[in-house]
Amino acid sequence: MALLETRGLTAFYGDFQALFGVDVVVDEGEIIAIIGANGAGKTTLLRSLSGVLANEADAIRFDGAAIGSLPAPDVMARGIAMVPEGRKLFPSLSVQENLQIGTYGRKADGPWSLESVHALFPILKERRNNPSTALSGGQQQMVAIGRALMSNPRVLLCDELSLGLAPVTIRDIYAVMPRLRASGAAIVLVEQDIEQALKVADRVYCMMEGRITLSGTPAELSRDAIHDAYFGVA
Amino acid sequence: MQWIDTILQGLLLGGLYALFATGLSLVFGIMRLVNLAHGDLIVLAAYLILILVSALGIDPFTAALIAAPVMFAVGWALQYVVLNRTLGDDILPPLLVTFGLSIVIQNALLEGFSADSRKIPAGALETQSIALGGINVGVMPVLTFVSAIAVIVALNQLFYRTALGRAFRATSDDPVTAGLMGIRAERLFAKATGIAMVVVTIAALYLGTRANFDPTIGPARLIYAFEAVIIGGLGSFWGTLIGGIIIGVSQAVGAAINPEWQILAGHIAFLIVLLVRPRGLFPRTVG
Amino acid sequence: MPVSPRYRVTTQTTASRVSLVIALLLVVAAAAAPLFVSRGTVQDLFFILTMLVLAQFWNLLAGYAGLVSVGQQAFVGFGAYAMFAAVSLAGLDPVVAILVGGIAAVLLAIPTAFFVFRLEGAYFAIGTWVIAEVVRLVVAQWQTLGGGTGTSLPRSATRDMIGVEQLKDWLGLKSSAAGDVVTYWLALALAVATIAFIYRLLRSRRGLGLAAVRDDASAAGAVGVDGNRMKHLVYLVAAFGTGLCGALIYVQTARISPDAAFSVIDWTAYVIFIVVIGGIGTLEGPIIGVLVFFLLQNALADYGSWYLLVLGLIGIVVMLFAPRGIWGFISDRTGIELFPIRRRLVIDDDPQTPDTD
Repeated sequence: MALLETRGLTAFYGDFQALFGVDVVVDEGEIIAIIGANGAGKTTLLRSLSGVLANEADAIRFDGAAIGSLPAPDVMARGIAMVPEGRKLFPSLSVQENLQIGTYGRKADGPWSLESVHALFPILKERRNNPSTALSGGQQQMVAIGRALMSNPRVLLCDELSLGLAPVTIRDIYAVMPRLRASGAAIVLVEQDIEQALKVADRVYCMMEGRITLSGTPAELSRDAIHDAYFGVA
Repeated sequence: MQWIDTILQGLLLGGLYALFATGLSLVFGIMRLVNLAHGDLIVLAAYLILILVSALGIDPFTAALIAAPVMFAVGWALQYVVLNRTLGDDILPPLLVTFGLSIVIQNALLEGFSADSRKIPAGALETQSIALGGINVGVMPVLTFVSAIAVIVALNQLFYRTALGRAFRATSDDPVTAGLMGIRAERLFAKATGIAMVVVTIAALYLGTRANFDPTIGPARLIYAFEAVIIGGLGSFWGTLIGGIIIGVSQAVGAAINPEWQILAGHIAFLIVLLVRPRGLFPRTVG
Repeated sequence: MPVSPRYRVTTQTTASRVSLVIALLLVVAAAAAPLFVSRGTVQDLFFILTMLVLAQFWNLLAGYAGLVSVGQQAFVGFGAYAMFAAVSLAGLDPVVAILVGGIAAVLLAIPTAFFVFRLEGAYFAIGTWVIAEVVRLVVAQWQTLGGGTGTSLPRSATRDMIGVEQLKDWLGLKSSAAGDVVTYWLALALAVATIAFIYRLLRSRRGLGLAAVRDDASAAGAVGVDGNRMKHLVYLVAAFGTGLCGALIYVQTARISPDAAFSVIDWTAYVIFIVVIGGIGTLEGPIIGVLVFFLLQNALADYGSWYLLVLGLIGIVVMLFAPRGIWGFISDRTGIELFPIRRRLVIDDDPQTPDTD
């Protein structure tokens, strides 16, 4: 049985339909990349998975339970943590407090704690008493990832990790992916940076206009197929 | 010497106003909600303490200790059942609902307790005084001021040293992302209003033991509280204390010149601060 | 020449044309009412009309400009006191002095706007309340007009008021009853003028700008609508109308005190309930609200504070569960708009039809 699965997932913003029957499967310990152009529905899919957008209960199943209609705090408590687009750190909280707040809704045993997050990103220990606004973009992204890890999630959702970061910083961030996977969490990466996504992912879903247009392992998918799935066939 | 006495009395009065204001400041800081019934809730708590004192024959401090969890529950339920429904981009619903609540509380109290003035008996403490640097000041005003400082220290500890305080600050920053951290905003807001009502109970204890009160005095307390919060600058409890002191000292000085000018002098001080420092004396720099 | 369809923009609807005719008939009937009804009824109608005027101006502030004021009693009281001063101290006729009340309210609004517009949203609301308290406390220091206890209009002033003598002869009324008829007609004229003025304002370019500011201030700013200026304008206009109405109310009452003239319950709480229950942000809402309010007050007047308690609860329930009030409920189900403000594009097959707007 899949750990996390969507079946015929649809999503609406008012009258505007953003997802048209999306089927995605995430197994334990997998890294899944979801790629696609702006407006393809990637972020909407993550917002649905994390409970920010409410759906039909049955459209999303996690660990055998229908969770599609649960609000975000309940989804998080079950073990799906999110690294939101644009990091979204809390400016009133210090770096360390931003990490600590990750455990507010879920205190699960596991490999991740303040110490192990500090070991993963040593700079965060050094700057633990700084306000989160004083950090560079890459450091802020580390805090956002660490904050999500603190709850020892079973699924880690990452929305556009590379957004607004320099290439060298993106490489540093992606370098920790194998260690995250080794700790046991399944990871769903939403990315516009296809190169990075294909490098670390076990499987890839390509989205266009609210639908999955292509899926498979990175090895199976040719550049042309991805191009067509990404931009549509001319 | 007479002026120093006046200013000292005003400073201690400011402690009472800071107690009025702290609950308002707390709730606004976390959920941007201004509760127009805040003053009436203080009066409601004063009647609750009065009932406990007269029915059980206990002293007002013990009564306040019993009233505090009751008021916490009242605040929790009020927020969870009613006020959470009014939160959003539109400022009309919270204002109009809390304004309606103010009218409801006032008239329910009028129906239950008549318009007669009451006072919570505090025994010998009422008349005791201590000498502060050659000036005699009442024990109750000093206790009020000390309580205000204790409340602010406690709230700062709560805000900056506990997981609940982190959740308060995070939700104030960004409620959607806070939800992704597992923070249930509706329950967190209910807790915040509950805590504000505990502070309201402490304010009510001193309101009711120091002077007469009746069901209609709530709105005036709301206005003093509001002035203290604006003078202090939004989001700073210590600023709120300073704001309360400025109102208290202005009122005391105004009253010393002409008893009819007491309330007016407080309002004028507020307007002057609004004129020269529209964001208050200690505005929060973040956000 | 071939007939081609023409486009025009209109705000009229069939219901609005019908309602215009009905409204005219109602105004005529209301004007003639003192000939047929008792003095008590004239006083009731006066009360309804003046509350309607206050409600329309509060609705203009809160419902259209997003300025929730809890301090309109400042302008009721200040307008009334200015009228008293003009009559008692300057010897003006009370009817003329009403105008003085309106102007005084605007003169008060100019400096107070400076303070309250430094506060936003909820803080604006309490700021207006503080201003009203300050004005009340200052006026209570004015010993010539009775200080804290208040004063009455000189009897000669109301007896010699414009129109009273003629009405006495014409209808055979006592001068006090004739005075009530004069103030009633003034209230009717003020109510009609208020509704007509606000309706015109909302249909004008300025009104469109106001709606744009209410919906999205920064977007409105981007297309050149100065939201702050619009709000200031509305604040001053509402002060003028509220001041006029306050002065008129106290010509009829002929006795004033600071606590009554600056009462937050009488001049703001009641008005808020009228607008909320009737339907905020519509011209129809206050009209319905004032009728409901009057009926409730008559039904519950003997129950003292229970009455206000029930009124408060109704206000809360309406705001929570039917935030657009009674009129919103009716208009959602029937689509009727008596005072349509929305501009609709109409395709005319008949090119002869003249442009209306």
